[in-house]
Amino acid sequence: MSETLTAKDFATDQDVRWCPGCGDYAILKQVQTIMPELNIPREDIVFISGIGCSSRFPYYMNTYGMHSIHGRATSIATGLKSARPELSVWIVTGDGDGLSIGGNHLIHLFRRNPDVNVLLFNNEIYGLTKGQYSPTSHEGQVTKSSPMGAIDHPFNPLALAMGADATFVARTADRDVKHQREMLLRSNQHKGSSFLEIYQNCNVFNDGAFEMFTGKDGKPFHTLYVEHGQPLIFANGEKGIVLDGHTPRVVDLKDGINQSDLWIHDEHDPFKAYMLTRMFDDPTAGFPRPFGVLYSVDRPRYEDLLVGQIEHARSIKGEGDLDSLLAGKNTWEVR
Amino acid sequence: MTPQELSKVTILFSGDSGDGIQLTGSEFSHTAALYGNDLSTFPDFPAEIRAPIGTVAGVSGFRLNFGSIEIHTPGGHVDVLVVMNAAALKKNIEDLRPNGLIIANSSGFDKRNLKLAGYDESATPLDDLRDSHRILELDVTKLTRESLKESSLGTKERDRSKNMFVLGFLYWIYGRSLERTTQFLTEKFAKRPEIAQANIAVLKAGYHYGETTEASLPRYVVKPAPQKPGVYRNISGNQATALGLVAASQKSGLDLFYGSYPITPASDILHELAKHKNFGVKTFQAEDEIAAITAAIGASFGGAMGVTASSGPGIALKGEAIGLAVMLELPLVIVNVQRGGPSTGLPTKTEQADLFQAMYGRNGEAPLPVFAAKSPSDAFDAAFEAAKYAIEYMTPVMLLSDGYIANGSEPWMFPTSGELSAIHPVKANLSEQPYLPYKRNERGVRSWAIPGQKDGEHRIGGLEKEIDTGNVSYDARNHEAMVKIRAERIEKLAESYPPLEMEEGEAEGDVLVIGWGSTYGAVKVAARDLNRDGFAVSHLHLRHLYPLHPELGHVISRFKKVVVPELNNGQLVKILREKYLVDAIPYNKIQGQPLKADEVHEALMNTIRSIVKNEKA
Ligand SMILES: Cc1ncc(C[n+]2csc(CCOP(=O)(O)OP(=O)(O)O)c2C)c(N)n1
Ligand code: SF4
Repeated sequence: MSETLTAKDFATDQDVRWCPGCGDYAILKQVQTIMPELNIPREDIVFISGIGCSSRFPYYMNTYGMHSIHGRATSIATGLKSARPELSVWIVTGDGDGLSIGGNHLIHLFRRNPDVNVLLFNNEIYGLTKGQYSPTSHEGQVTKSSPMGAIDHPFNPLALAMGADATFVARTADRDVKHQREMLLRSNQHKGSSFLEIYQNCNVFNDGAFEMFTGKDGKPFHTLYVEHGQPLIFANGEKGIVLDGHTPRVVDLKDGINQSDLWIHDEHDPFKAYMLTRMFDDPTAGFPRPFGVLYSVDRPRYEDLLVGQIEHARSIKGEGDLDSLLAGKNTWEVR
Repeated sequence: MTPQELSKVTILFSGDSGDGIQLTGSEFSHTAALYGNDLSTFPDFPAEIRAPIGTVAGVSGFRLNFGSIEIHTPGGHVDVLVVMNAAALKKNIEDLRPNGLIIANSSGFDKRNLKLAGYDESATPLDDLRDSHRILELDVTKLTRESLKESSLGTKERDRSKNMFVLGFLYWIYGRSLERTTQFLTEKFAKRPEIAQANIAVLKAGYHYGETTEASLPRYVVKPAPQKPGVYRNISGNQATALGLVAASQKSGLDLFYGSYPITPASDILHELAKHKNFGVKTFQAEDEIAAITAAIGASFGGAMGVTASSGPGIALKGEAIGLAVMLELPLVIVNVQRGGPSTGLPTKTEQADLFQAMYGRNGEAPLPVFAAKSPSDAFDAAFEAAKYAIEYMTPVMLLSDGYIANGSEPWMFPTSGELSAIHPVKANLSEQPYLPYKRNERGVRSWAIPGQKDGEHRIGGLEKEIDTGNVSYDARNHEAMVKIRAERIEKLAESYPPLEMEEGEAEGDVLVIGWGSTYGAVKVAARDLNRDGFAVSHLHLRHLYPLHPELGHVISRFKKVVVPELNNGQLVKILREKYLVDAIPYNKIQGQPLKADEVHEALMNTIRSIVKNEKA
């Protein structure tokens, strides 16, 4: 690229309308910051969103963009990427948008695997509609629509993605600036659908939902950063995780356990990745929650297969000829 | 016996779903078309894929009307009823004209078949009809087996070719050559020549049976029809729709992206388009109808020609996304191949009951052009035109077809690519900065900047837009202005319609019949016949249901009465009454079946009589 762009070049003239203190601001800032580093011309970048607070995102990105309808960003992006494989397509969605009304399209996106980046802002609440429980709200969560506590069992977004054969599954958090930046860059690098769940604080309707993972006090004990080839260690290096057969266990590194005995993260191993996503399920078991790239694998992209079939058809039948198509195989002449 | 000359014949092939009825009918049609007859066909299959064998529910039918005169419908009453079993007779006997010919497979009338068809075991349904009809009984099963005595095939496979016996026999009756079907069978079973040979042997046996049998059999001649000189092919409505879309893609230079979720009777459009990938056609079988249309919208946003098709229930699911396309002002073609409703309704039957859905089935003020195809071959022009307007006016366009058009077929004098008009996408001029996505040209159309174009970066969405800039706006006056702008720009597109032309009759007179969609043939024949008998009846068939043609009001004012026949409970008629304050008379049939010419004829006669009575009074 001839001109060097900065984060500012990716901001629009529109007023950002999120509530003061909303986690969305931090994510917007990171995304605008990494954009110039991608080395992709601004006109080749497209942000597509559904409906929700988070889905306002495209209005603030000085790229091409569409703020569409509730839950459908994923299918719109699939169509766009199929029509224009050379574009860099980003999907911004929320836990309601992506996992509730748009859940069907999300899992189908994963199985098709077009090369798009999904950023799911998970705030465990419906923000835009002012505070009802969402598909990621925990059981018992008291919200406007669940005064006695939610009785719906929540989705585990990353396990859901694994179950739908997603090829890139990662987690980060709004307040974790450095980690988030790294995850955004990794998402972009992945060739295929990347799924990045971003814990996002909705300070108005669900404040502090992730305090445990992002706050100073809880973070060391509840957050586990996974890195390919590195042992699973947390609690300021004092604790680790070993695999006891098929069962993960938390161990104290002070007890003379070697780092080499620990579970070494292999992001290409689907079985272990699935176990990592499952650490979500039982907070009382004392497991930290894994952040980072849990899983990443290469699989053919939908748009490549689609274009491949077109090229193949052309190689055997030749470029389509409209006149012979209109005539078909059986004609007769009336004189 | 010298063959008798007929100007037209309606044959109804019927039998069990597994009897190869559709193939028999379509082969006879192809041969008739090659011979030069004008024709119209209509398949009528059961809703169940594998309904119980031998039952009335499992009867499959194929209706063919062919002649030496112009043919516009698959016929009213049937002249020749081919029945492979008792159930087929039971289901279709009412359609046979008095004194009509029944060709029956006698082995399909044994005790078992009688019982399956719901007759008494001792019933003799064929014999009971001998006084009123002409009956030819052949033991097709036995004759087929005999002609394959030497074949290496098993009994099951041999029996499967019995439809060819009937076809061969009919070819003899109508003096047709076996050539086309022989060639077809050779190609179809190229990989299993023994099956091709068996079928051809049975086809010939059927023909020779006619020649050699002792019985005195009827033979007929139906001469070629006077058709406009030119080169023809046979085409079904769904095929024509698909080809119209491919042609529009080629003429506009935009790649066709087709998003769809299977549904009867629209699926064949997907099947047809999937064959034409070498035209750059991308077909996307979505997870549901919402994904199908939204993917098409995504493709259109990317500069492609986005298209989606479904039937009523699927169009209902697409409603919200159609509204989005209205807001985004992007080209999009939505095809509704209507079927009987509401809900799942009559999935394999035809109806025109989704006109209101097309006109009003969205939240907010969301007008879009609604066009309709009138016949199988016309679906080509209709699809092409829908795409042209969508692209040149940056709007979603709804194209209505129906089960009857979709599955029916007729000869088509296809155009050359050179005869098709050019389609001009509304490209953005990005040398003018800043690019304003909702700035309009003199026709009210915004320009289309697509991702990848430098300096065209912009954001659009479903929230209300500010005039010109397209930025989100909650301003009260802006909203009102935008609602009016969106409505006017669609209204304005009617200025470019071609002039209204009568299908039949004069520009003024007593009765004006206004039809739309697949009732075309029946209405045309009825109006033509009445004109010939000296009545001042004119037939107008509307392609453009919204916006209506600017001349329509004047045309209506030149007639004493307006009759609107429809396969619904009265939809266009309400629209016309509302718009022109005319006391239009509805004529409705809601039986899942196409309209017949004699039904329209009778309805029109009633109106004519009422005029005469009023004038006398
Ligand atoms: C078809 C439809 N149904 C319902 C809504 C109302 N609605 C808008 S956003 C939303 C939920 C948003 O939640 P989430 O995706 O978590 O986004 P957040 O606002 O929390 O960022 C709902 C139910 C809508 N816009 N469209
Ligand atoms: S409601 Fe919550 S998610 Fe929405 S903008 Fe406000 S703080 Fe953010």
